[in-house]
Amino acid sequence: MKIIYTDVLIIGGGLAGLRVATGVKERGHDAVVLTLVPPKRSHSSAAQGGMQASLANSTMGEGDNEDVHFSDTIKGSDWGADQEVARMFVHCAPKAIRELAAWGVPWSRVKKGDRTAIINAQKVTITEKEEAHGLITARDFGGTKKWRTCYTSDGTGHSMLYAMDNKAHKEKIEIHERQEAISLIVDDGRCYGAVSRNLMTGELVAYVSKATTVATGGYGRIYSVSTNAIICQGIGQAIALETGIATLGNMEAIQFHPTAIVPVGILTTEGCRGDGGLLLDKDGYRFMPDYEPDKKELASRDVVSRRMTEHIRKGKGVKSRYGDHLWLDITILGREHIEKNLREVKEICENFLGIDPAVDWIPVRPTQHYSMGGIRTKYTGESQTLKGLYSCGEAACWDMHGFNRLGGNSVSETVVAGMLIAEYISDFCDSHESSMHIHSSKIEQALAVEKAKIEKLLTNTNGEDTYVLRRRMEEIMMEKVGIFRNGKDLQEAVDELEELYKRSQNIEVHRSKSRAANPALVNAYRTQKMLKVALTVAYGALLRQESRGAHSREDFPERDDENWLKRTITSWPDANQTLPTVSYEEIPIGNMELPPGWRGYGKDLTKHHHATPGRQATVDAIKAQLEKDGADRFEIQSALMPYLEKLPKKYRGINERLGENV
Amino acid sequence: MSEEIKPRILKINVLRFDPNDKNDFPHIETFEVEEADGMTLYIALNEIREHNDNSLMFDFVCRAGICGSCSMLVDGRPTLACRTLTSKLGESITLAPLPLFKLIKDLSIYSGEWMRGLNERLETWIHDKEEELNFDKLEERMEPELADEIYELDRCVECGCCVAGCGTIQMKPDFVGAVGLNKIARYHLDPRDKRDDEEYYELIGNEDGVFGCMTLLGCEDVCPKDLPLQSKIAYLRRMMIKTALKN
Repeated sequence: MKIIYTDVLIIGGGLAGLRVATGVKERGHDAVVLTLVPPKRSHSSAAQGGMQASLANSTMGEGDNEDVHFSDTIKGSDWGADQEVARMFVHCAPKAIRELAAWGVPWSRVKKGDRTAIINAQKVTITEKEEAHGLITARDFGGTKKWRTCYTSDGTGHSMLYAMDNKAHKEKIEIHERQEAISLIVDDGRCYGAVSRNLMTGELVAYVSKATTVATGGYGRIYSVSTNAIICQGIGQAIALETGIATLGNMEAIQFHPTAIVPVGILTTEGCRGDGGLLLDKDGYRFMPDYEPDKKELASRDVVSRRMTEHIRKGKGVKSRYGDHLWLDITILGREHIEKNLREVKEICENFLGIDPAVDWIPVRPTQHYSMGGIRTKYTGESQTLKGLYSCGEAACWDMHGFNRLGGNSVSETVVAGMLIAEYISDFCDSHESSMHIHSSKIEQALAVEKAKIEKLLTNTNGEDTYVLRRRMEEIMMEKVGIFRNGKDLQEAVDELEELYKRSQNIEVHRSKSRAANPALVNAYRTQKMLKVALTVAYGALLRQESRGAHSREDFPERDDENWLKRTITSWPDANQTLPTVSYEEIPIGNMELPPGWRGYGKDLTKHHHATPGRQATVDAIKAQLEKDGADRFEIQSALMPYLEKLPKKYRGINERLGENV
Repeated sequence: MSEEIKPRILKINVLRFDPNDKNDFPHIETFEVEEADGMTLYIALNEIREHNDNSLMFDFVCRAGICGSCSMLVDGRPTLACRTLTSKLGESITLAPLPLFKLIKDLSIYSGEWMRGLNERLETWIHDKEEELNFDKLEERMEPELADEIYELDRCVECGCCVAGCGTIQMKPDFVGAVGLNKIARYHLDPRDKRDDEEYYELIGNEDGVFGCMTLLGCEDVCPKDLPLQSKIAYLRRMMIKTALKN
């Protein structure tokens, strides 16, 4: 039996996990990172377009600040986000990006003078300020008032991840590669690490720790077509669920990205549209202005994806053997721009479609892209219900995205949350509370349980074929828990997924019986876990009888604040149950800085909460009074919804900007 | 592809070996796959795993040519399998794991360990002065062209194709390879890294570094990201000679 002790165990070696690791190490705690793949190959590397941070350096970002970023994020979330968490996030995003600049990310910079850009299909000249020359520049992304998305060409995630992993090398962080956490070790209501399986040798290892962080990313691969890397299978959420104590939040909140290529579902960045690209239908007609005259192609992602689907349903899609699609036209941007700022997109078009995007239109359709839901945490990143378990990044429901995440806010969340949660974890590890009281027999037992499960999969006879169950699950999610949802389909989805889940308890790994490197065995135990995750998504979607952000019910088209301004919380308290347990967490209006309103897309169908007008009046009165008294924006913000005290002291400082606080 | 044309039946020959199985030995196994429109090796190999042999090991992560996981020898040439269209290959396709790296099983290699070793050896991170930085303040400025130039070299995905395509490393196993030299060129260009020329010389001014390269330039031929490896190695060599003469 192999047991490895450490202070902080981090499951997942992407941006969020690595940032937690370097943070706790800096505070003097040992950390071990478990990762399925070399950290530099994590899905963070696939983030193309950029990271939102309100630096306001570029001319088109002038006037931007935390307040504008906050308002965009909350509207984008369709008021589902935790506003205090969103405030903490927008306050720290400029710090995180500057830290990454110091660690080596070659952010694209402002060049003084005139440059040509494409805005709303027109060539315009933008003049960049002399004093901004050499500072980090930004591009336009959907759902934002200002150009706020900082980038390195369209390889932003790659550059961020490389800088972060190199920083981890520098700090001598222990990275245990090709290790898969398959269960969390829990004793007396406290998480003490994880049982991990070595994917090369099959050896089971118990990692025992004071604090455990799940930073395993999203669960897109429960869908048959997803932009996600194939390792984004929701295993982190599943092992949290399987503790029976930890809870998941808003699992039904799934984002579909408007522009993944057909048929393989590889992403082309929102930067394509941010930089001026257009969406066209089978007649070459630009249809988005008809639906969203104001934001057009740069409406929020959920909105654009729905409008595209609506347009395809009207018969305006381009027929193909893989189903209907639309066109993304970036030829208008010119070859020079594409080869400099959209080169990943160009490579993808050449390699997977055999086309040249400087000349040809790109076939695209909305595709599963992001998981807003995840392990429900407090603002400290700790599970609300399982002590010692932390989560951050896409794996978590922290919850700054609510029911729709803005483009550019995901990589930004990974590094901001990682940096903050490292501090809260360090505080915990510094306290007496963190001392461990787990008997070694409990650890042995945890290992024995996992060993038995694996033996059963390998020695079972006349069992189910993993692939059959897995493929059916993926199809159900795609067809019945997709962009537009309805009660009938969702009920069928839940019923059939439950049946698949029951059958998955009798999986047999056919033919491939190795206990060491064995992809069939991996597929078997992951499929069992993925079915649990799929059930939390489908069941949450079935019960939520409203439309909010990316969750769009044809039978309940309005957002219903009176009944549904709350988070879906799912758990699996009894290992024998075949459906998750669902409860709800209220999102209190009483302390909102930005009370629920209309996002500004389509027709306003909101059924408002009875407490909204009261809170709005309070907010308006406080603002009016303080403005009259000559208060600055920080004082006004603080009077509406104080949050600074929640931040670690080292991150409370006011951010400098050109012309502000310099 | 019109309806009348029958799809090709591809013969995919895979060099297989499971080091964990004492009875196994390296051997070629051939699988037949019906070609489909837009089929890549990622799709073909997954079909084999799903329908022919579920024990076949290979590494795909992003399957979009971004992460560098799936490098292998395709008809003898190192490349990223995920973005290799079968339509560009013949009916008989031979796949083998990338040489020089530790084999995990079949087409799966332990490149992560090798790359981590390289990064630690060359200290591929920003070496700055040990001062407390204040991230509330405006970031340090950088010329836009310089940022672009650094990004150009930062695009390496550590796939290992250049290592597999390198003639020198066959003879000198400790040679840092084009991947290592490119990283040094990248940090040398970066004003945030405060290492001086002598310190770089310590790292690569020897036979396992830039003077070991025999200029066969297989690296540049096979680099999936089209990095300017040839010109950067030449540049580093000139710089190192200058530094050596200075001392």
